Amino acid sequence: MNKLIIPDLINSLNSILPEIVLSFTLVAIILSDLIFHKNKKYLPYISLIGLIITFVFLINQFGKSDPAFPVSSQLSLLSLDPFSLFFKVIILVSSFLIVLFSISSKEIESGSNRHGEYYGLLFGMIIGMFFMISANDLILIYLSLELLSLSSYILAGFVKTSLRNSEASLKYLIYGAASSGIMLFGISILYGIFGSTNLQEINALINTPAASQLTFLISVILIFAGIGFKISIVPFHFWTPDVYEGAPITITAFLSVASKAAGFAVLIRFLKVTFIDSFTGNGYWQLIGYIDWQTLLIIIAIITMTFGNFAALWQDNLKRMLAYSSIAHAGYLMLGVSVLSDQGLIAVLVYFFIYMFMNLGAFYVVMLIANKINSEEIDDYTGIGYSLPFLGTVLGLFLVSLTGLPPTAGFIGKLYLFIALVDANMITVAIIALLNTVVSLYYYIRVLRVMFLIKSDKTVSINLSPLSFVVLMFMAIPTLVLGIYFSPLVSFAKESVQLLGF
Amino acid sequence: MNNFPILTFLTFLPILGMVIVLLLPKKQVQSIKITTLLVTGIQIILSIFLLMGYNFSAAGINDPASFQFVEKFRWIDITGFAWIGKIKIDYFLGVDGLSTPLVLLTAIVVFIATISSWSIDKSVKGYFAMFLLLDTGMMGTFVALDFFLFYVFWELMLLPMYFLIGIWGGARREYAAIKFFLYTLFGSIFILLVMIGLYFSSMETLADGTRVFTFNMLELMNPANYTSNGILSPLNPNNLRLIAYIALFAGFAIKIPMFPFHTWLPDAHVEAPTAISVILAGVLLKMGTYGILRVCYPVFPEITYQLAWWIALFGMVNIIYGALTAMAQKDFKKLIAYSSVSHMGFVLLGMSGLNTIGISGAILQMFNHGTITAMLFLIVGIIYDRAHIRDLDAFGGLGKQMPIYTGFVTVAFFAAIGLPGLSGFISEALVFLGGFGSATTRVFTAISTLGILLGATYMLWTLQRVYLGSLNEKWKELKDLTTREYFMLVPLTVIVIFLGVYPSPMLDLMNASVNAMVKFITDAQGVYSAFNSF
Repeated sequence: MNKLIIPDLINSLNSILPEIVLSFTLVAIILSDLIFHKNKKYLPYISLIGLIITFVFLINQFGKSDPAFPVSSQLSLLSLDPFSLFFKVIILVSSFLIVLFSISSKEIESGSNRHGEYYGLLFGMIIGMFFMISANDLILIYLSLELLSLSSYILAGFVKTSLRNSEASLKYLIYGAASSGIMLFGISILYGIFGSTNLQEINALINTPAASQLTFLISVILIFAGIGFKISIVPFHFWTPDVYEGAPITITAFLSVASKAAGFAVLIRFLKVTFIDSFTGNGYWQLIGYIDWQTLLIIIAIITMTFGNFAALWQDNLKRMLAYSSIAHAGYLMLGVSVLSDQGLIAVLVYFFIYMFMNLGAFYVVMLIANKINSEEIDDYTGIGYSLPFLGTVLGLFLVSLTGLPPTAGFIGKLYLFIALVDANMITVAIIALLNTVVSLYYYIRVLRVMFLIKSDKTVSINLSPLSFVVLMFMAIPTLVLGIYFSPLVSFAKESVQLLGF
Repeated sequence: MNNFPILTFLTFLPILGMVIVLLLPKKQVQSIKITTLLVTGIQIILSIFLLMGYNFSAAGINDPASFQFVEKFRWIDITGFAWIGKIKIDYFLGVDGLSTPLVLLTAIVVFIATISSWSIDKSVKGYFAMFLLLDTGMMGTFVALDFFLFYVFWELMLLPMYFLIGIWGGARREYAAIKFFLYTLFGSIFILLVMIGLYFSSMETLADGTRVFTFNMLELMNPANYTSNGILSPLNPNNLRLIAYIALFAGFAIKIPMFPFHTWLPDAHVEAPTAISVILAGVLLKMGTYGILRVCYPVFPEITYQLAWWIALFGMVNIIYGALTAMAQKDFKKLIAYSSVSHMGFVLLGMSGLNTIGISGAILQMFNHGTITAMLFLIVGIIYDRAHIRDLDAFGGLGKQMPIYTGFVTVAFFAAIGLPGLSGFISEALVFLGGFGSATTRVFTAISTLGILLGATYMLWTLQRVYLGSLNEKWKELKDLTTREYFMLVPLTVIVIFLGVYPSPMLDLMNASVNAMVKFITDAQGVYSAFNSF
């Protein structure tokens, strides 16, 4: 193994400029929190500026495919490829939105003396996710996963006075600690087998007889547990409803989009880089055996989406319902992964991009309404469509998009998914997924029913601030426009299926 | 005039109207209603222009050159080095003899429904916004020639319909609305699946010689475009075309509604407000049969041949079952709803004949059923507005109290029965002629003629129970038609009588296309059996 040399290091630092900016912003937040003790109003704006600068540096990396921090001539710790760029864009956009959400959130405002913590930890999460997405090494994956998790445990319990928050935080911590411990155990076994934690190196070694089938299988499944926890697929989903219901809405929204995106990025990289054998025609991946990857992933995906959808049917709390719906969406995304082809990967990317807008949008409306009525119970939404016609309509739009009806963007996400499935001849699976869509209609439409079909005597009025309006439009317009004109998004996704070295 | 994008205007004018309605203040009830009336009025004018510029000898169906008022632009075009992620969707509108009658029907029915909606007084703004959105969905479905575009319009109708039934409907409106929604969405997932399957089975050759997958319906109809290993390609040894056909057919059949998928219809009809019932029966049900004729028939001609027997069987079941169930109803609106099931059976039966007379009869029946049922639902609506009940046995002798109204009722009822001289007769006669003309469907046609008898039974019985006999004292106060109601009933009556006496214009309109379709399906048998022998 070559020694790390200084020029390499400097080059590498050059290619992780976005991450460096994020770290500086984190420092800036902590410092200004200490210095301007009395006035914490600046903190969200510092965060926003930091995110914008990061975005500028990120755009500079567009189209590049660089290894960073090489450990030898071929292997590196990080891969900065179009694939990671796509997910980083998702993380950045959603972080930007979450900071904007936080400005108008009553829950977050209530803990205003601890805003330094809040935004600092938020950046901790973002940095963790950034490294997770690019990580090419199991140790780095583990470390960044822990950075992400530890920050989010605290944020889930941010409102100290709220019992629900504390419960969510504790549950999240216990599940999270257990699953990352399991994952670490899996990594250690894998290291024991191959003597390396680098994904590419493992890929090269995997065909050697040294890989005993059973231990290998166990270690992979253990690692899966850690990733599965992050993306909340069945059977690692138990924390999701409780945490999503309990945590502040901003954090719930962030967990449901950004943290899930990072999880999926790791999953895809882990699968593709570690186990790839060859590409067959049309961009299908041939993975190295022992395990029938496709069947395994399909089964997980189907169970996840079916469970998520059916459990969501019985929920009376909107946040909890959205939690189950996000489990179901993880199932759809998983189905895209299970195709094991570039086409499937495009479907996942397109779906995720759209999912970000519609899911965050739904959470934002729920938050705005909860700011006023202090409740997320569906029954308290009676007649909201009449007293708050604008918010009601926009929430309706997001829910219809989550169902996947044209002409909303959600339909395009589903369309690409089904295109990938049909093309891979997975017709039965496609039918099951489509039937799931019909089931999901029932609970999404239930909210619309309560809002519009039932009239209520009590009226709620909300003065929508210009900022909230702009933020809402920022999510509602893509949800509508991407359903009608989606060429740019798909082109972007197409550019982004390239993982380093493939 | 030639370059005027008339179909785009027909389709998207209601959206423009919707935007105006949404911008108007809530209190401006009259301006909202007048805007809607204007939009639907312009639609009628546009469709008259459409007729004036229509070339009666152009066939359409599978020949892109003979479609009329075509607008074709590349809508989504994602290219790349490999096929991965590549997708091409056209904004492709056009009409032929199959869609023009239905465009016309939509314009008329929507206009009448707007007048009927005048009595809406609850959340007027929301109602008309949804109403206009629904209008766009319906028009778009009939003029779209790209399968993807077709599907988008098809689905676009679901949500407004859900709200229109769910908010402005009767007592069990929520149940009816969600039932309608779930049923139709269930149907459309099959359509979606087959659509994607077809996409991967057929390739279109572009102007520059490259071959790409396509959603273009006309290209999907061309057997030469099939790829060798596409899922729904006849060249694929384990081809799934039969299953795909059944799935697609079922997706459309739910909308017709074909037995046994019909159970959403009585609920939706009974709970929907009058104007929406009119649209539902007048236009929405036609989408199912239109979809079958537009997509199932020419894209899967060989399977159509194979399954014609089944289509006829289901047509017959619809006719007899619908009529028998209608006879057992106590609720006036439910009776009309089941009579729709019965009458849509005639469309299926006519289609199954696979000959020019039968298919012409089917299309004509779609148009006639649209106008006649619209009248019937208006008639129910008028009586319900006054009496607030729909129980058939609670009335009696209304003919004395409301003579003019009863006059219209008689025309509508007799048209529904199929009395010569009224439009229903012509189309039913053609359907039967077509059905007898084909050996496969002869038996079913013979049995189906019973449907006429049953239809006469329940219609006349209803006429007797509600309008004849001695007047029930309770209804002494009922007033005869208002001016607004004249405006709704007179145009429809004129159409019903005109097409009963002189149906040629309508038949000429569709003749070239129907001939082309029959020829295409017949010729295709040779082509497809050649595929199978490989």
